[in-house]
Amino acid sequence: MTFTDVWRRHDFGAVSRRIASKTPADVRRALGRPRGSVDLEDLAALLSPAASAYLEDMAQASHQYTLERFGPTMRLYAPLYLSNVCANVCTYCGFSAHNRIRRKVLTDAETLAEARVLRGHGFDSVLLVTGEAGRVGRDYLAGSLRLLRPHFSGLWIEVQPLPEEDYGALAAEGMSAVMVYQETYEPAAYARHHLSGPKADMAWRLETPDRVGRAGVKKVGLGALFGLSDWRTDAWFTGLHLRHVETVHWRTRTSISFPRLRPHEGEEIPVTPFSERDLVQAACAFRLLSPETELSLSTRESEAFRNRAFRLGFTSMSAGSRTNPGGYASAPESLEQFAIDDNRSPAAVAAFLRSQGYEPVWKDWDSTYDGFAERGGARRAAAQALAL
Amino acid sequence: MSPSPLVIAGVEFSSRLFVGTGKFSSGEIMRRSLEASGTQLVTVALGRVRTGGEPDDILGHLDTARYRLLPNTSGTRSAREAVLAAELAREALETNWLKLEIHPDPKYLMPDPVETLEATELLVKRGFIVLPYVHADPVLCKRLEEAGAAAVMPLGSPIGSALGLESRAFLEIIIAQSRVPVVVDAGLGAPSHAAAALEMGADAVLVNTAIAAAGNPVAMAEAFRLGVEAGRTAREAGLGGRASAGAPARASATSPLTSFLGGGAP
Repeated sequence: MTFTDVWRRHDFGAVSRRIASKTPADVRRALGRPRGSVDLEDLAALLSPAASAYLEDMAQASHQYTLERFGPTMRLYAPLYLSNVCANVCTYCGFSAHNRIRRKVLTDAETLAEARVLRGHGFDSVLLVTGEAGRVGRDYLAGSLRLLRPHFSGLWIEVQPLPEEDYGALAAEGMSAVMVYQETYEPAAYARHHLSGPKADMAWRLETPDRVGRAGVKKVGLGALFGLSDWRTDAWFTGLHLRHVETVHWRTRTSISFPRLRPHEGEEIPVTPFSERDLVQAACAFRLLSPETELSLSTRESEAFRNRAFRLGFTSMSAGSRTNPGGYASAPESLEQFAIDDNRSPAAVAAFLRSQGYEPVWKDWDSTYDGFAERGGARRAAAQALAL
Repeated sequence: MSPSPLVIAGVEFSSRLFVGTGKFSSGEIMRRSLEASGTQLVTVALGRVRTGGEPDDILGHLDTARYRLLPNTSGTRSAREAVLAAELAREALETNWLKLEIHPDPKYLMPDPVETLEATELLVKRGFIVLPYVHADPVLCKRLEEAGAAAVMPLGSPIGSALGLESRAFLEIIIAQSRVPVVVDAGLGAPSHAAAALEMGADAVLVNTAIAAAGNPVAMAEAFRLGVEAGRTAREAGLGGRASAGAPARASATSPLTSFLGGGAP
């Protein structure tokens, strides 16, 4: 059974109405559940307008659960945009095929130049990002992973949905996580915002986490792009997706991101409301639903907001992000995917976290565990560690 | 309100109480107890069933039109023995349903997880509907689910101990993540234990000793029926949260975390 089967059983409009009908008593019941026993009905209550009055209670619980599970730590990572070439026409994205921008696919030398800058900032985990195009498929990604593997312990991808065997092949090259956001779970809104290109196939995208899980990838990241449809309902469907992954692909770690629509190249589009307060409510609701899942706080958000919100359930943050290919090392001539709002350097973000009693964590995985040592990369280090 | 039916391998059960047929003082007491329990699924130990056409005490008192038989492999000590026993049971009792239990240890009758997983894989390939009896081990239950088990039967406490849900913390995890029905088996000593299992979200319970060894087995069977129905009905009605367990209770002393967000609260 794939997630599409699960998703089809829930009508988007009916879920919206159910969320809207939740009462303060429903919210209190959800907040009273023992840790780990919040179910999807409780999630509907926690995402509802009625829960707004309980946001402080939710934040306290979310903060507490996160400290108990993860300690006062924050994983820092950076996106590494490899390409902005894209065959899709999407209303909200700067890479949309109709936008007349300079297109770029990084060469090996350019990729390594980016890697050097990111390593210099202290990053050990990078998220490789591309648009959707044949040129940046499995072979290109495998080549990039081979280039980058000696330099980073955590290599994650946020690229076009791939077949299961491609995920297996990329995992063998050191890829340890796949981020694949559904954007919206409402069929009408999905069709309205994905006008043409392979991304218009909603079911293929819905089932991507299933393929990632079957391929044995260590972590999969889920999320909705808030602003395309009703955020409460899209967040609830993200929770449904999370529960599906947790039960079916139970060996796979999960993370949830909360991207909001940001200014971007292209025409203005109507954006549904999603405030900072709403983002906090969504994040806290997810922490109560799943004390184990990782929650990511984006550089799309402002410095002022991130400095207060980071302790409300989040476990990872990007920092110093550039969202254009070549943006770290060379002059940023190619166009960015979206505008970021926290422009501090990674060192400044790390220093701030330390000043708040949090430990910035740069590493996500040790590739020695993958048998990478046999290929020479970490063999010496591992041998030394064992000798000690 | 009558609780929703349970479905295992496409078969619907309105009763969520499964009953074992061992240890009853007579066939007649067993027959009346089963009737009072309202059960629709009864386990029979292959070791106790006489095969080969002779009249048999147990089968003679079981109305097989009324009860689905679930033969068990009690007494086997390895996957190999269990597969042999299963084939024998399928032939003798004309059912491919099987409660798989393998306990190499004759003292505590603890299920062997390694042999059980291997036997499940083999038996599913041979067309059996396999319900394995296991420790309340969440990872093992997921592995059995992947191997094709139709349900999992984790224990509440040591078999025959009447201690109840000693494995509660692990049962909760199993129930939370299982995609097949969870039947709590072994150790349930009182109807309140059965009710608690169903309240917790278990799909069914299996009870034998607590009924068979009661002073009045027929009355106890009735009491377990009521306990199971109460637990399931409460589960479906939506239990209230525990006042003491939630986060807000301990949140009062800390400084506010959301004041920076300003308005929004009504």
